[in-house]
Amino acid sequence: MTIDIIFKLILIASIFGLSLVTAMYSTLAERKFAGFFQDRLGPDRAGPYGLFQPLADGLKLLTKEEIIPESANTFLFLAGPSLAMLTACMTSAVIPWGTYIEVDGHKLPLQVADINVGILFVFGVVSLGVYGVMIGGWASNNKFSLLGAIRGASQNISYEISMGLSIIALVMITGSLSMREITDQQSGFHGMNWYVIKQPLGFLIFLICSFAETNRTPFDLPECETELVGGYHTEYSSMKLGFYLFAEYINMFISSAVMATLYFGGYNFPFMHDLGLSQNVVAMLGVGALFIKILLFIFFFMWVRWTVPRFRYDQLMRLGWQVLIPLAILNIIITGGVVLFFQ
Amino acid sequence: MDSVIKIIPLNAYIILSAVIFCIGIVGVLTRRNAIIIFMSVELMLNAVNLLLAAFSSYSGDANGQVFVFFIMAVAAAEVAVGLAIIVMMYRNTGSVDIDLLNKLKN
Amino acid sequence: MDKMFYFLAFLAILSALMVVLVKNPIHSILYLLVTFTSITGHYILFNAQFLAAVNFIVYMGAIMVLFLFVIMFLNLNGETEPQKSTLVKFAGVISGGLLLLVMVASFKKAVTIPLNTEVDTQIGLIKNLGMVLFKDYALPFELASVLFLVAMIGAVMLAKKDWK
Repeated sequence: MTIDIIFKLILIASIFGLSLVTAMYSTLAERKFAGFFQDRLGPDRAGPYGLFQPLADGLKLLTKEEIIPESANTFLFLAGPSLAMLTACMTSAVIPWGTYIEVDGHKLPLQVADINVGILFVFGVVSLGVYGVMIGGWASNNKFSLLGAIRGASQNISYEISMGLSIIALVMITGSLSMREITDQQSGFHGMNWYVIKQPLGFLIFLICSFAETNRTPFDLPECETELVGGYHTEYSSMKLGFYLFAEYINMFISSAVMATLYFGGYNFPFMHDLGLSQNVVAMLGVGALFIKILLFIFFFMWVRWTVPRFRYDQLMRLGWQVLIPLAILNIIITGGVVLFFQ
Repeated sequence: MDSVIKIIPLNAYIILSAVIFCIGIVGVLTRRNAIIIFMSVELMLNAVNLLLAAFSSYSGDANGQVFVFFIMAVAAAEVAVGLAIIVMMYRNTGSVDIDLLNKLKN
Repeated sequence: MDKMFYFLAFLAILSALMVVLVKNPIHSILYLLVTFTSITGHYILFNAQFLAAVNFIVYMGAIMVLFLFVIMFLNLNGETEPQKSTLVKFAGVISGGLLLLVMVASFKKAVTIPLNTEVDTQIGLIKNLGMVLFKDYALPFELASVLFLVAMIGAVMLAKKDWK
């Protein structure tokens, strides 16, 4: 019993630390890739290859002067970034990071909470993510912030629907809402069992929606600099701004993890059970495989950001309501027909 | 996680939801902002939901939880229409004060 | 477990009171959110996982965001909040309190049927609820979808500005 609890605590701490470190180095990677795509060097002054740049950025954000606007609602102004950070970190609890490791005859699963309704939990937390943006934008008492917040809310609500519909089609073939069960169903067959092969359209819709939910380009209308100054975080400074920026990168990390788990086999990798390795080694290799998938997704997020221009607001709404939702419903109908046919 | 049914008597849940329901009624009676009144109605609906779920769990009958699910669906539809009406009312009167809506009197 | 119940019940009642008492509509919404969180907690205590998840998604993720959206849209705050006269408030509180009194008194006198102590705690799981929902309540379920369609069209028609 105690070993379970200690292991869970270690797991929570290490997942928290890992997401923070990944988010930190995503900022550096983003700037490096931006440099690469635009044929320039990117940050290279702090440490070898600019490796200490995230630390320097963090130090800068921490030591900057903290300004709370006089007309702002102080409590809500502070609650905004905290909520954004909280909702960004919550999802990682239900993601299965690996199979299980054996210590002393105890089976210790590499997942904080294996709940029956894992996907619904992820979906719920995603839908809570909009509160951080809305409350922060409203509390700033600034026209641009409010506009950014309202844009963020309407964008999130619109894209949540098609996200949910694409998940429904996935659940129709998995028959389970538990993240671990879905991952285990995808093992074997050298990657041919991954749900991206059975659900290509669903995956595409899910991918587009996760771009919209994390407010990344081409869906970064809530914070677009050219029209809204800085969007919902115009009035924020110092570490509170840092929290918003950080939450965006953690969101990116987590949604990459969710996509890798639901559609790309999670911790499964080809020849997983044929190598004849001990369970602990296989589990660790599985964690490594999951992280490689996640890093590839993060790279994809950045690739898109520096390639595709931002949507106009009416284009964004038209894509959400008139393209993605009908496509998702079509996907559900096709999936239902196929499932019925093979029964 | 199943021990709450054995420790807490059902009466505790009845009283809890009665209290929340009455707070909702007080909200409807004492506020003039249409949105707050609407939120108080949601509070009352949630008190009912809690009670239904409690009855369902204490008697081991799933029908109650299905009803809660339907109440939630109806509440979502109701909120969409209700808020649209409030937005339209704001557009016509420039306020969400329900005391301004007395045109049907006399 | 009982500590958990009392904490959640206290939180629910306190935040429900604050919803009604605070002046600023945005604060009311946030307190209502806390109330819904604690009610979700109660569902988790019942092991009603599906209800907890749906409450989370529908109430906290959709309905409250809509409320917040409309309040921000109309730019309501504490100063523009219309107030009822003290007399009406007093009357409202008294009548609400009387209703509570009557309800609690009748529950005190009510005969409690001894419940089966060995109840099935698995009914709230998504599998069992799905069975009941799609076997016994298939028609109401389909009707609910029609209701949603009507509500969606109705909301769009009502909120559209220039209607030809």
